[in-house]
Amino acid sequence: MNFILDPLPWLIVVPLAWASLAFLLGPGRGGRLAILGLTLQLALALLLAGQLLTDGARVYPIGGWGAPLGIDLAADGLSALMLLLTQTVALALAIYARAYFAGGHGGPATWFWPLTGFLLAAMNALFLSADLFNLYVTLELLGLAAVGLVAAGGGGTQVAAALRYLLVSLLASGAYLLGVALIYAAYGTVSIATLTPLIDAQAPLAVWLAAALMALAMMVKTALFPFHFWLPPAHGSAPAPVSALLSALVVKASFYLLLRLWLGGFAAFGAVIAWLPGVLGAVAIIWGSIQAIRASRLKMLVAYSTVAQIGYLFLIFPLLAGGGLAYQAGAMQIVSHGLAKAAMFAAVGVLMRATGRDTVDALAGVAGRLPVTLFAFGLAGVTLMGLPPSGGFLAKWLLIDAALEQGQWGWAAVVIGGGLLAAGYVFRVLRQAFLLAPPATHFAAVPRQMEWVAFGLAAASVLLGLRGMELIALLGVGGAA
Amino acid sequence: MSAGLIYALAGVLLFVMGAAGVVMLDHLLRKILAFNLLGSGAFLVLVGLAQRAGGVDPVPQAMVLTGIVVSVAATALALALARRLHRAE
Repeated sequence: MNFILDPLPWLIVVPLAWASLAFLLGPGRGGRLAILGLTLQLALALLLAGQLLTDGARVYPIGGWGAPLGIDLAADGLSALMLLLTQTVALALAIYARAYFAGGHGGPATWFWPLTGFLLAAMNALFLSADLFNLYVTLELLGLAAVGLVAAGGGGTQVAAALRYLLVSLLASGAYLLGVALIYAAYGTVSIATLTPLIDAQAPLAVWLAAALMALAMMVKTALFPFHFWLPPAHGSAPAPVSALLSALVVKASFYLLLRLWLGGFAAFGAVIAWLPGVLGAVAIIWGSIQAIRASRLKMLVAYSTVAQIGYLFLIFPLLAGGGLAYQAGAMQIVSHGLAKAAMFAAVGVLMRATGRDTVDALAGVAGRLPVTLFAFGLAGVTLMGLPPSGGFLAKWLLIDAALEQGQWGWAAVVIGGGLLAAGYVFRVLRQAFLLAPPATHFAAVPRQMEWVAFGLAAASVLLGLRGMELIALLGVGGAA
Repeated sequence: MSAGLIYALAGVLLFVMGAAGVVMLDHLLRKILAFNLLGSGAFLVLVGLAQRAGGVDPVPQAMVLTGIVVSVAATALALALARRLHRAE
């Protein structure tokens, strides 16, 4: 492998480069640069996925130093899948955001582009990190960039939501760092690959404490019930492209980290308390869906739907020990929800621009005016409900399959019930949209680009179900399952 | 009780005080200060517990340096946001 042409480091360097350039260009500039950079990143991610499928998982020593002195990057199937999802969704949203911010209609874009670039660099670095401390640094960078994006809207409510998000995020990273300190004290290393065989059920108490702290930190960052309180205000008050980025990608990054720890290293502890994230996930599905059904603001509805969909991710933990099906279900849920939620927030951004308001009630008559967007919302809803042939269907099918195989049919019941509840809030929006508009209603014009991006993302989330086998093959590369 | 362990226990104490402060205090500036206390606690545990055969282990020192940079950046962001919130109100 040629050292310079390896895609691993470039996936981190490219977004850093265009983000810094966009910052230098000044407020609101850099959209075209971002799209160019993201196209390159997507190509790199595809290249990496292709290489992994033929050559297997691999490690890249930054600067040729290598662990333990230097820092290693590592890529396996799961990281490649996350990278592909991130670049795909981010590229689509960049095209969307360019139209969204054009002409100053969506509020000031000020530092949207540089912050997005830093966010993506942090996220790509997180997916490629091979040691616990590097993960801490990338997690903090990701959190800071995300908070900056929430605050970029500028209003009082946005800043308040951003500040709350920042404090929660810092508290969680602090707990994670304390966990890293305890692990380093016990084993003298932070490399995940070295730690995995070392940690077993006979580990000292400090390591158990560390595992609990780190798992808790990641649950807070992923907004698992009852730690979801920060998510709806932060995701619900940001501009549409930001909400989409945060809901589709950022919460998945901390979940990825938890999954990584759970599969490597903390497997021994996982067996003891696997029921806990499962139960919290089940409550999240029910509570999030009910709040979504009751929400009067459109964006809050979608944000609470994220709380519910995150619940499905945590249902896999009690089933992980019993084979690879639950693992595959989790990965499918990450990808399909990522695409569907980005589509849904993008569609909501279009609807809000057209009606000028953020309430579900204002949607009356939208069906005739914005059929493409409404269709996109519906398709994304199909994925969230888990109807075939969507990616969401595949994820839920695998989950139910895993639950029945292990005789834990209770989880299967939660999955099916959650699908019905999701139908509740999706159809609430659709029903309102098909009502006749009051005669005096005025609809503002919305750029076509925005509508078609929402549609493209939604269609991808549905068609994903047809290409599931390829994704699962990629997931199998060097993975734990 | 070794010196390292004393540092680590003090670190845990600081961490717990900081965490309690972030959660329970009302005043925004105090919350931000409490976060710094929490961070320092974690750093103290990192440096204190990891001793290499009586000597100093350089790896956690490097980690703490990185951690300090991160926490300075986070504090700066929190202060900037607090200032903006104050102006918006």
